Amino acid sequence: MARTYEPVIGLEIHAQLLTASKLFCGCSTDFGKPPNSNVCPVCLGLPGALPVLNERAVRLAVRAALALNCSIVETSIFARKNYFYPDLPKGYQISQYELPFSEKGWLDIEVEGRKKRAGITRVHMEEDAGKNVHGRGGDSLVDLNRAGTPLVEIVGEPDLRSSAEAAAYMRAVRDILVFVGVNDGNLEEGSFRCDANVSLRPLGETTFGTRVELKNINSFRFVQRAIDAEIARQTVILDGGGQVLQETRSFDPESGKTASLRSKEEAHDYRYFPDPDLPPVVIGEALVEEERAAMGELPSQVRRRWVDELGLTEAAAQTLSQHPGYVRFFEGVRAQVPGLEPKKIANFMQTEVLRGAVVQGQRVSFSVSEGQLAELLTLLDAGTISGKQAKEVFALVEGTDQSPKAVVAERGMEVVSDAGELESLLRDLIARNPKQVESIRAGKKQVMGFFVGQVMKATQGSADPKVVSELLEKLVTES
Amino acid sequence: MTQSLLSLSVTELAERVRGGAVPAVEIADQSLRAIRERSDLNAFCHVAEESALAAARRLDEQRRGGRPLGKLAGVPIALKDALCTHDQPTSCGSRMLLRSGDDGREHGWRSPYDATVVERLRAEGALLVGKANMDEFAMGSSSETCVYGPTRNPWDPERIPGGSSGGSAVAVAARLTSAALGSDTGGSIRQPAAHCGVVGVKPTYGRVSRYGLVAFASSLDQVGPMARDVRGAARVLEVIAGHDPKDSTSADVPVGDYEAACERGVSGLRFGVPAEYFGDGLDPSIRAAIEGVIAKIEAAGCTVTPVSLPHTDYGVATYYILATAEASSNLARFDGVRFGKRVEAPGADLQAMYGASRNAGFGREVKRRILLGTYVLSAGYYDAYYAKAQRVRTLIRQDFDRVFQDVDVLITPTSPTVAFRIGERLDDPLAMYMADVYTLPASLAGIPGISVPCGLTTVQDGRDSSPELPIGVQLLCPMFEEERLFAAAAGVEELVRAT
Amino acid sequence: MTITRDDVLRVATLARLDLDDDSLDELVHELDRIVGYVRKLDELDTSDVPPTTQVAVSSAPLRPDEARPGLPTEVALREAPRSTPEGFRVPAFVDET
Repeated sequence: MARTYEPVIGLEIHAQLLTASKLFCGCSTDFGKPPNSNVCPVCLGLPGALPVLNERAVRLAVRAALALNCSIVETSIFARKNYFYPDLPKGYQISQYELPFSEKGWLDIEVEGRKKRAGITRVHMEEDAGKNVHGRGGDSLVDLNRAGTPLVEIVGEPDLRSSAEAAAYMRAVRDILVFVGVNDGNLEEGSFRCDANVSLRPLGETTFGTRVELKNINSFRFVQRAIDAEIARQTVILDGGGQVLQETRSFDPESGKTASLRSKEEAHDYRYFPDPDLPPVVIGEALVEEERAAMGELPSQVRRRWVDELGLTEAAAQTLSQHPGYVRFFEGVRAQVPGLEPKKIANFMQTEVLRGAVVQGQRVSFSVSEGQLAELLTLLDAGTISGKQAKEVFALVEGTDQSPKAVVAERGMEVVSDAGELESLLRDLIARNPKQVESIRAGKKQVMGFFVGQVMKATQGSADPKVVSELLEKLVTES
Repeated sequence: MTQSLLSLSVTELAERVRGGAVPAVEIADQSLRAIRERSDLNAFCHVAEESALAAARRLDEQRRGGRPLGKLAGVPIALKDALCTHDQPTSCGSRMLLRSGDDGREHGWRSPYDATVVERLRAEGALLVGKANMDEFAMGSSSETCVYGPTRNPWDPERIPGGSSGGSAVAVAARLTSAALGSDTGGSIRQPAAHCGVVGVKPTYGRVSRYGLVAFASSLDQVGPMARDVRGAARVLEVIAGHDPKDSTSADVPVGDYEAACERGVSGLRFGVPAEYFGDGLDPSIRAAIEGVIAKIEAAGCTVTPVSLPHTDYGVATYYILATAEASSNLARFDGVRFGKRVEAPGADLQAMYGASRNAGFGREVKRRILLGTYVLSAGYYDAYYAKAQRVRTLIRQDFDRVFQDVDVLITPTSPTVAFRIGERLDDPLAMYMADVYTLPASLAGIPGISVPCGLTTVQDGRDSSPELPIGVQLLCPMFEEERLFAAAAGVEELVRAT
Repeated sequence: MTITRDDVLRVATLARLDLDDDSLDELVHELDRIVGYVRKLDELDTSDVPPTTQVAVSSAPLRPDEARPGLPTEVALREAPRSTPEGFRVPAFVDET
């Protein structure tokens, strides 16, 4: 009989730090350069070359750890992780092992309305490897441009219980790292990727089952699919009375299955030891406080402020705090029109502005400027144009530097809210359509739409339908 | 005598060149000729004829143009082949760094950059005449494991010059150059200096940049000078020492005036004699020579106190764990991918390429040390060996810290024996390791040391000749006390010469 | 015997040294002697002794984050036993990461 199993999942996330130069040398971290053009004796692993630590990498790593609620360890050690691989020029990776620079953090996630706190074991610094290109004339080719790029590895506690939680966690980590300015969140280019440790245990059991490590997952969709596939595979094994083997597996998105890379017996013996080329990393209180200040508000803090002080809905606050660029835009517009209800800015941003926003790493390009939006929302709020017109004007000024005011004036789009003009129009219509007036008086409110429509037609849409309805109701009842 | 210029000390030679009394080209000529004439010693693996002459011509022009010359203007210097040079091949004594060139001949690795010490020598006008032979990857005490064959001791060509900086010591001793740079991990400057009768300095760890020194054991390696007198070594060290932002282990401690310190001599210094350095393994003639020096120091009015460094006996074991562990990792970059030797059978896969290249590229002793170093770091053994040795290293450092509270300088033999015969210890690695028993502890502690020639001894070895061989006395000082070390060494040198 | 033939083979695999068969026995013997000797450290009680990893510099210096040009690609590749302008050539292998 099939039992119910509880998946136990922990993620190890690698995120590239947004520095100009590599972790231990001055080579550029620019992406997409010709192979082996951002290399020097240090990152090529030439004899005699030595590493020197990048200050900004340390600062960004500290900021990442703070954003993930980790405590900072004052003295940490870089170790050598020894293994042979063509993209690993020195024959070892410089990483942190026994003494990482931060530990014991957490992150809140939400899945289907349920909130959950996921633990973070540690965050440490390490250098990235190069890139291998396969299938060239029977050989593989090695490009070391990426070798030595600074990374943080975020080791999560095995606190996640479903693939959806894992995906939510991965997304939350990505959003927060992008938000505090340490990572570009670009999964396609590999600057944010993860490994997942997955095991199953009978529901109610407290000890862990044998875990399998799924390597190098580079999309939110895949993390969910890979874990689901692995859960399914392990379930079949356990249901059949078998045992899950401790091993490393990879996920093939085409087949939707995981396949073994190496067993526990083949696991590497990395022979970690403190790198004698690098004295301990000492992170002082001052640096930590500077980064805490540079980090600014975290998304959760922004959301709380918006909901509590500005009256935004949770959903709106959530959407608009997804990217620091959104937050800056929203706050920028708000500063320009302080009298405007923040909710109105949030609504218009959600329905219109975000559709034309393009996120590229730390940057967002919007189709309008903060100034244009402020002007447009001012027109709307003053009743100069209707909501429908505001959308039209927005579409007209998108991608241009035209002022919404000028567009409205040019096209004669001001709302006809002159009560005198509207009243004479309505009186005329009432006189010409006695039957419809009777229906309204008899309680058929929907017939009012007929009159409003006629007024809109006559004013070429520049009347405010709300004002028209109110006026009509008044005239019908009094006559 | 055509080679008279090479008999001059570093300081005297530089002053003559700076004063215009001697053209640098003439010195370069003499040095290059001497190197050719004594090719039997096998001290050099590369002679930089053209670039040395070009540098000399530039110096002479500079002087004629009235521009000031550097502190080592016109001084011919040999570089241990573990130091990277952009204009001379680097092979570290290993087949691993030899590759067949387009001309069909084997040549060393062409580094795209200069070691920091090499840059500093160039900037002060030194003539870099060539690369000196060494034990493969600096792993040895005899300069026999070099891919270019053994280097010979000029005092007796049947004997080893010591190692691993044997070629550097021979270049200076045989007057092929005025000075040389070596590197010392466990005694590789001091021990060959003693065997060849020259001065050799291992600076404080962190005093001299390691950037561009092919690493053997990173936590122990230091580059240092060799010269025929203490003052010459002092001047060379002054040039190469000092903080280097390219080496994270390079200390930001001001460099003193080492040459001026040489004027101070031994007066006022308290000497300590560690009992553990005068045990059973010490050659009686060396014991006598060192005791002779001690007597002169006392006669000169210095206090000399017996002291104890109780963990001395653990130095060799500690060193061979730590140094081989670091070496096993440092030598992983020699994988046949980006430079150096590659052996690839048709159809061989990646792992076969790695294994074959490294097996063919590394010599016997290097493989032995890589295996030992890999073993002591491997899963299940780390704590018993590597972590243990790191703690014993602390005990050895504490020994020195303790005695330096009471004395200023320690005086010991540099080596327990004089230079041994070529081939004598090649098959007995442990016996070879014992050659460094008196130099290793200072390396582990990081403190500076110097070997100064202090006499000769005649060896009866059953041959017709009874060669005279040099003996070295080792002086040790606390971290970054090079000025005191040079004061003591120059004083001892003077006392020895006065006899 | 502390060191066995299997130990040496295991370590040689980790170190990527395809040892020649005729040298193996001698290496086992030599390494056994050396390891036997270095076990001498067991005589010392080091339970209260901190390890030494650095002797001169107590904290890693930090470098400003400034990108500098590296080596020209042809210089980076010039010493490689086999290369193309696209990279260092190695026997084809399957990525396991």
